[in-house]
Amino acid sequence: MRRRTIRRLKNVAALGLSAAATLIGLAFLGAILWTLFAEGLSGFSVSLFTQMTPPPGSSGGGLLNAIYGSVILTLLGISMGAPVGVLAGTYLAEYGRSSRLSTAVRFINDVLLSAPSIIIGLFAYELVVAPMGHFSAISGALALAIIAMPVIVRTTEDMLTLVPQGMKDASTALGAYPWRTIVSVAYPAARSGMVTGLLLAVARISGESAPLLFTALNNQFWSTNLREPIANLPVVIFTFALSPYQNWQQLAWSAALLITLTILVLSIIARIAVSRLSPGGRRG
Amino acid sequence: MSASPDAVLLDERSDAEREVKIEVRDLSFYYGSTLALKGINLKLLDRSITAFIGPSGCGKSTLLRVLNRMYSLYGGQRATGEVLLDGENILDPSVDVASLRFRVGMVFQKPTPFPMSVFDNVAFGLRLSQRMPRRALAERVEAALRDAALWEEVKDKLGHDGRSLSGGQQQRLCIARTIAVRPEVVLFDEPTAALDPISTLRIEETLQSLRERFCIGIVTHNLQQAARVSNVTAFMYLGELIEAGPTEQMFTAPRDRRTDDYVTGRFG
Repeated sequence: MRRRTIRRLKNVAALGLSAAATLIGLAFLGAILWTLFAEGLSGFSVSLFTQMTPPPGSSGGGLLNAIYGSVILTLLGISMGAPVGVLAGTYLAEYGRSSRLSTAVRFINDVLLSAPSIIIGLFAYELVVAPMGHFSAISGALALAIIAMPVIVRTTEDMLTLVPQGMKDASTALGAYPWRTIVSVAYPAARSGMVTGLLLAVARISGESAPLLFTALNNQFWSTNLREPIANLPVVIFTFALSPYQNWQQLAWSAALLITLTILVLSIIARIAVSRLSPGGRRG
Repeated sequence: MSASPDAVLLDERSDAEREVKIEVRDLSFYYGSTLALKGINLKLLDRSITAFIGPSGCGKSTLLRVLNRMYSLYGGQRATGEVLLDGENILDPSVDVASLRFRVGMVFQKPTPFPMSVFDNVAFGLRLSQRMPRRALAERVEAALRDAALWEEVKDKLGHDGRSLSGGQQQRLCIARTIAVRPEVVLFDEPTAALDPISTLRIEETLQSLRERFCIGIVTHNLQQAARVSNVTAFMYLGELIEAGPTEQMFTAPRDRRTDDYVTGRFG
């Protein structure tokens, strides 16, 4: 009887500890979200989306140039990183599954996946900013592409590996060469996972500030020139939050909320995409 | 025919009107350094069904996968000897495997509908092998679905995802997909192992109706199935072809003791 009591107590203790740990994590998350909404929501207005970031000492202002810049940087970054990432992931999963090159690429990709983003920013700085002699949007996009790439490589490989070998064999048995099997059978079967990976990568790079400090920097004005510095939400948050101006601080809060909401919406879309397009899912 | 001890000559008299479609000569197969098939000699006749039986790991699936060169997908696998399809050695490295697989189709144990519509599933191989006008394509798809006894069930949902069909329907879809390209040989690797009895029955009926047009090879663990559907049965054991002959004879009066033990259920 006593042993049973001790075992039950152990169970209660373990349950209590894990529940407590979960609650602590959730409490911090809740506190962050609460503060973000409380401080950021009051700054949401039409002018936020129609006016440029204000110069120091002036009142009002908005985030239009930073929103535009962030969208451009993210789109450029993902459109550079995604093709490379998808093709590399395809190579790892389909062509060179256990080749020595694959093992090396997989290892390097894992390193890249966890590399501090500030180092990738410095890399893009050396590669583009230093030769050009000034900061530019394109260098920022490159840094973001390098951050997005390993995420996409990993998810593409994982998702393609999940496609049943029997399905690929069936395609081969019908006389399809590997590339046809990949494009017509494996990609459609892995579509939902690959789309999720892509959206995760977008979410990841849309909040990056460190690599942009060395590359895209910031721009107080509207700029569409990719060879010039461009405004973007993360660096605006960084600059404005540390400023003494009340309207700048307010804009930083609003920008932070905006990024959070965007990522939230993207995650929800990713979830819906998964359930709609899940492999083996029944549609029809 | 070589005079090796494993050489098996089928009863040529009863099958005189049927031509030899595939002739396997002294075929050995290696997974790495493991010998999986040991000097197989066998003839597969046109317009007949040859069943491969034997305990797990005896090499029957391996033999089937040599016949359409599926093994060349994976590294470290090697075949020696000859497999003659209409007299041409398909193991020759110069043979184009894609063209070979248009002629030698394969249906697998697990139904594997592709993530696309029922119509596109059946049209998949056709679109790979030749360009054809839309009308002709639709006709070929319908014909294949009719041959696979699936047309009546799916004619109103050709646009639905192939994966939304039931397991048995999916397998008949895979059969339709394979015969749509009008191969000469169709190989079935335990096509009903994952299906319920009713679906199994329908697949067997389909097999019977296909018998008159194709050279068919079927691997099965189900001895009754082999007895029901095949004209010729080949018994394999530990990588060797023990004996092959007319199905009735194989089940009633086999020449080899091991065959007798296996078909009467003493081991396996």
